[in-house]
Amino acid sequence: MSDISIKVDNLSKRYRIGLKEELHDTFVGSMVDWFKSPFSNYTRVRSLSTFSNDGESDDVIWALKDVSFEVKRGEVLGIIGKNGAGKSTLLKILCRITEPTDGQVFISGQVASLLEVGTGFHSELSGRENVYLNGTILGMNKSEIDKKFDQILDFSGVEEFIDTPVKRYSSGMQVRLAFSVAAHLEPEILLVDEVLAVGDLEFQRKCLGKMEEVSQSGRTVLFVSHNLDSVLNLCGRAILLENGQIASMGETKRIVNQYIQQGYETMSVRKIAERTDRRGDGQIRFTSIHLVDDNGRKVEYIRTGDTFSFLIGYASSNDQPLKNVSIRILIADEMERFITHFWSKFTGQDFKDIPSKGSFVCKATRFALMPGEYGIAIKAFVKGDLSDKINFASKLTVKTGDFFNIKRADDYKGLFVSDQEWHVENLNEEF
Amino acid sequence: MSSSFKSLSQTIIIKPKSGWQLIDWKELIEYRDLFYFLVKRDVLAIYKQTIMGFTWALIRPVFSMIVFSVIFGGLAKMPSDGIPYPIFSYAALIPWTYFSSAMTASTQSLITGRNIFTKVYFPRLVIPLTPVVSKLIDFLIAFVVLFGLMAWYDIPPTLNVFWLPLLIVMMILAASGIGMWLSAMAIQYRDIPQGIGFLSQLLMYTAPVVWPVSLITEKFGSKAYLLYGLYPMAGVIEGFRAALLGHKPMPWALIGMGAVTAVSLFFSGSYYFKSKERIFADVA
Repeated sequence: MSDISIKVDNLSKRYRIGLKEELHDTFVGSMVDWFKSPFSNYTRVRSLSTFSNDGESDDVIWALKDVSFEVKRGEVLGIIGKNGAGKSTLLKILCRITEPTDGQVFISGQVASLLEVGTGFHSELSGRENVYLNGTILGMNKSEIDKKFDQILDFSGVEEFIDTPVKRYSSGMQVRLAFSVAAHLEPEILLVDEVLAVGDLEFQRKCLGKMEEVSQSGRTVLFVSHNLDSVLNLCGRAILLENGQIASMGETKRIVNQYIQQGYETMSVRKIAERTDRRGDGQIRFTSIHLVDDNGRKVEYIRTGDTFSFLIGYASSNDQPLKNVSIRILIADEMERFITHFWSKFTGQDFKDIPSKGSFVCKATRFALMPGEYGIAIKAFVKGDLSDKINFASKLTVKTGDFFNIKRADDYKGLFVSDQEWHVENLNEEF
Repeated sequence: MSSSFKSLSQTIIIKPKSGWQLIDWKELIEYRDLFYFLVKRDVLAIYKQTIMGFTWALIRPVFSMIVFSVIFGGLAKMPSDGIPYPIFSYAALIPWTYFSSAMTASTQSLITGRNIFTKVYFPRLVIPLTPVVSKLIDFLIAFVVLFGLMAWYDIPPTLNVFWLPLLIVMMILAASGIGMWLSAMAIQYRDIPQGIGFLSQLLMYTAPVVWPVSLITEKFGSKAYLLYGLYPMAGVIEGFRAALLGHKPMPWALIGMGAVTAVSLFFSGSYYFKSKERIFADVA
């Protein structure tokens, strides 16, 4: 048996969007045209699903173009990308729901696809009847469902109501039951599209647990998701799709970072002064943000252990001096989790009276954050009211540095470095 | 390796297909459980919440019979081959109701079922064929009234009733064939479902439901009679009448012609359906 589960070879998928001339989606319309001028209209009538051989016209888009990759048996591969990148189209082709325009796919092994939870559920039927219906739609046999029925019931938590019509269930119960059926599929290859986005916390945890179980079971899994946390947790490798093509492929952490970088770049490309996505009453406005090193020089990045400053330009909206200003700088990681912040009031700095234009300087000493990419958000308060707030004001790139000043940089792991000192003592009898 | 799962463990190759495709009968058989549950869903869902439950299957043919008897039998004095008009029309209404409802439901099946085949793979042929099977239940229930009518009019069935299964197969083939053609067209062309109700009406009047086939032989001669047999329901309906009521011999000429049409409809329908299958998810 081959080592490769799925081999995708130059896969392409073309769709026709909008129409140059009016194409009929009514039979009468196409028949009338057919009588009017046989030859040209025959090709037009069929063109919804066919394309002339000289290819490109401007109402045609390539949802996927020349996508090639391999998935080894037992591997869990993540597929990420912006909306419209082609992820769902790729999955649909692999699930044989739609046909490729070009290229081919080789799949070796039993396949089950999970693009949606509760496919085929009928509200008038009972939970039990829907389990069988949904199960057979997903590809199980009746005997297989019979065997697993108790497990499915148990996982779903709706035992009491299994014989009531599903339309009486809460939406949470429906989702739990549907997912429970899907969770008991046992194919060799599983193709999953973002199905975990629904349900309460307990349910989400259950889903993730099941996904982990699946990914460790030796099954080949293809996982399309926007939930970067779960992609990082479950997938060993990932593919980043962009505009229907593979932008990059490789170790999950690297790919996820790349994806996030793209997000940042489109965000902070515009200068602070021109940013319009800000909040606050506007008495004070940020105009720029820079990082400067210990010598006052502007830098693009800092190292762990560096002493540096944030240099944040500001201007008051009415050209008057400002009173009682406080400034807050928030640092978040690539998952937008809040890590640490700087707040002028922490050090007792009140900014009671400041000129109408200038720059705030916040000095950070021996910065302890790990190497990585972080996002900076900035907020200004005047007399306690929020006056300006910009998310993703800038990137903060932290590189490996020499925190302990021992003339050697190290890859400290974790979120931040703890200041420390080591030595040996003679053994004390009391211990 | 769970062997009860679909045995697709050989390598599948997915690539663009072109032209006419063969039907994968093996695959259809593998998915028989799905077929069973889809039929069950159809049957149960309609009757679950209705108080009268399965008696709805009787209402359409019975009330049609009453109206036809009054209007065509009574007012218009339509000839009925010497049998009382009510049972003359009811014997026709049973197969006709099945044919018309199966054909209509089958035509719309891809549209109403679009949320399952756009999410999961299974042989799409299952979809238009499901109503063809589920409407058989209604068909069988309607027979109950027929037996009542036969007792009332004191008409015993003839030995020809043993041919009824053949006629049933014919009507199933005809309904599925048309269903496969029209469902595949309906998903591409949105005016088809609107026309199907109308088509069904027209087809009923062109079938010998309210009038006897003997009228054609009278008016147009025996050549026309033979040609008319190409309409599969002609043979089925007259065959039902002959077998159940015994007023004539079985119309084998009509049945023969009709069988040819029914079989051709079935195979051509399934090939057309398969050839268009690949775009269903794209145009649904």
